[in-house]
Amino acid sequence: MDLSNHLIIAPILLPLLTGALLLLFDERKHTLKALLSVGSTLLLVAMGMVLLRVADSGTASVYLLGNWAAPFGIVLVLDRLSAVMLLVTSLLAIASLFFSLARWDKMGSHFHSLFQFLLMGLNGAFLTGDLFNLFVFFEVVLSASYGLLLHGSGPHRVRAGLHYIAMNLAASFLFLVGVALIYGVTGTLNMADLVGRIGEVPPENRFLLEAGAAILGIAFLVKAGMWPLCFWLPSAYSAAAAPVAAIFAVLSKMGIYVLLRLSPLLFGAAAGSSAGFDDKWLFAGGLVTLAFGTIGVLASQAMVRLAAFSVLVSSGTLLAAVAMSGDRSTAAALYYMISSTLTIGALFLLIELLERAQDPAAAVLSVTMEAYGDGDEDEPEEEVGVTIPATLAILGVSFGVCGILLSGLPPLSGFVGKFALLSAAIDAGNKISTLNWFFFGLLITSGLFAMVAMVRAGIRIFWAPVEIIVPRVRVIEFVPVAFLLILCIWMTAQAGPTMRYLDAAANALHDPTGYVHDVLSAAPIPSPKEAGH
Amino acid sequence: MELVLAIGIGALVGSGVWLLQRPRTFQLIVGLSLIGYGVNLFIFAMGRLRVNAAPVLSDGGPADPSAYADPIPQALVLTAIVIGFATTALFLVVLLAARGLTGSDHVDGREP
Repeated sequence: MDLSNHLIIAPILLPLLTGALLLLFDERKHTLKALLSVGSTLLLVAMGMVLLRVADSGTASVYLLGNWAAPFGIVLVLDRLSAVMLLVTSLLAIASLFFSLARWDKMGSHFHSLFQFLLMGLNGAFLTGDLFNLFVFFEVVLSASYGLLLHGSGPHRVRAGLHYIAMNLAASFLFLVGVALIYGVTGTLNMADLVGRIGEVPPENRFLLEAGAAILGIAFLVKAGMWPLCFWLPSAYSAAAAPVAAIFAVLSKMGIYVLLRLSPLLFGAAAGSSAGFDDKWLFAGGLVTLAFGTIGVLASQAMVRLAAFSVLVSSGTLLAAVAMSGDRSTAAALYYMISSTLTIGALFLLIELLERAQDPAAAVLSVTMEAYGDGDEDEPEEEVGVTIPATLAILGVSFGVCGILLSGLPPLSGFVGKFALLSAAIDAGNKISTLNWFFFGLLITSGLFAMVAMVRAGIRIFWAPVEIIVPRVRVIEFVPVAFLLILCIWMTAQAGPTMRYLDAAANALHDPTGYVHDVLSAAPIPSPKEAGH
Repeated sequence: MELVLAIGIGALVGSGVWLLQRPRTFQLIVGLSLIGYGVNLFIFAMGRLRVNAAPVLSDGGPADPSAYADPIPQALVLTAIVIGFATTALFLVVLLAARGLTGSDHVDGREP
């Protein structure tokens, strides 16, 4: 095994080691900490790009942890879907990390360590090929996210954090029950091995298997925020600090990723009578979530809540698209997922900048800083920001781009994603079912409502105030927002190649024979002693 | 033995769920711990109940795998216990912070 093969595990090891190393340094050395953290995240972006190329060869690369062949040992699997998730995570991470350098990382202790552990968990969850290993990485992500959500402290965050933690701990238990039931019925936890085993499950055990999968699914749906499991989400996301909320945008996509991965794998054509049993539920859940999110977007007064409800809109759309389980709808869903994740991340960052133009927000921020205590002492000299004369104009343009992306207006990637989804919905089986019409209507309505809400917020910020307060924005805070939006614009320009890649990813998802073969045939490396004989 | 275990799991999870619905943070954390115990027993039961069977192969022992207990659920339970313990400890810290910051042990941070 050459060195390039070990690259698969690097996205897990690098943040783990960096995060652990950062714990050794005192909080006062924050320049050093920031440098290490940024360096590690930049490396992750580079790795993401390399792995994307590796994955595009078509075969799934398998890494045998502990050098045991697949169903017996735990495996990491890199295919197109996991590679693209890795890259999106690292891109969003670098943007929110740069944003946090302006001041958020100094508002509490161990921000960078927690951030790196979060990345480690996310990368692990995207790479693993084992259900129980997935649980472990889920817990890593959640533990880090508890810390990050509370970052900056204050009663508001602690209260939202309490609900968030209780909710997710309960969901973790459901995850365990689901995994245990599936293991009890099939006798394996390896995702590739499960594909064959599920078809062989005798009819009297089908009920247990489906119950296990449904309970497991609830754990992911809590993360993804499906109605009625989503009431914690808007308050938790809007209480979080801006860079944390931005990286949380990919956290809710983690639930969607697992559903995208497991739904065709476990309940595809090979599953016998259980095939497609999850689709009806996911589709209905997706539609209700979409409706709930849309109403929430329109009803929110604070912009942060608007962004948080946009997360729900995006989740609802994706759940319905996953449930359509066709090659084209999955490819479209992936495109929409990337675009909406980056957009919502940018929106969370942008909102923090815009709220500085409004007095109440500034008051809240100062309360938060007081609550943390000694923030005032070393803060003033850090706060010297360049007041760009055209600040408000630049922010306005970014806000406009965000609005276009979020509502799915042409010509940007939000439109391409929604258009692809709608066209896939029409194509599915030549006849458009009533439910597909509902999806159609809801998706378009959600776009309209998102636009109304964004326009309303825009008018209130940019045009309505008689006395305009120009927010003090440092370049390092604006660049990440611009970076994320430019990525979305780039995705629009490169829609052809991107869609080709995602089409291939979707095809591989719906025809898991290649994946199963690659995982189960990966041979362990003979030890030097055996090789010598 | 199955019946005893099933009743045990049911009682633990049942009381845990009931406590989760209660308004005090302390009840919440006790509820979560009880559910945790119930779930751990449940994972254990999914490896089928065996008495007097070792999970680890030994040199002098029989070669027939049916003479052994399933080792995987035992490993899973061990991991789940460790993770559950860590998250409970973390939750306890947040609970204390919430008590300190809001002055109330109600889950919403204020008395209804």
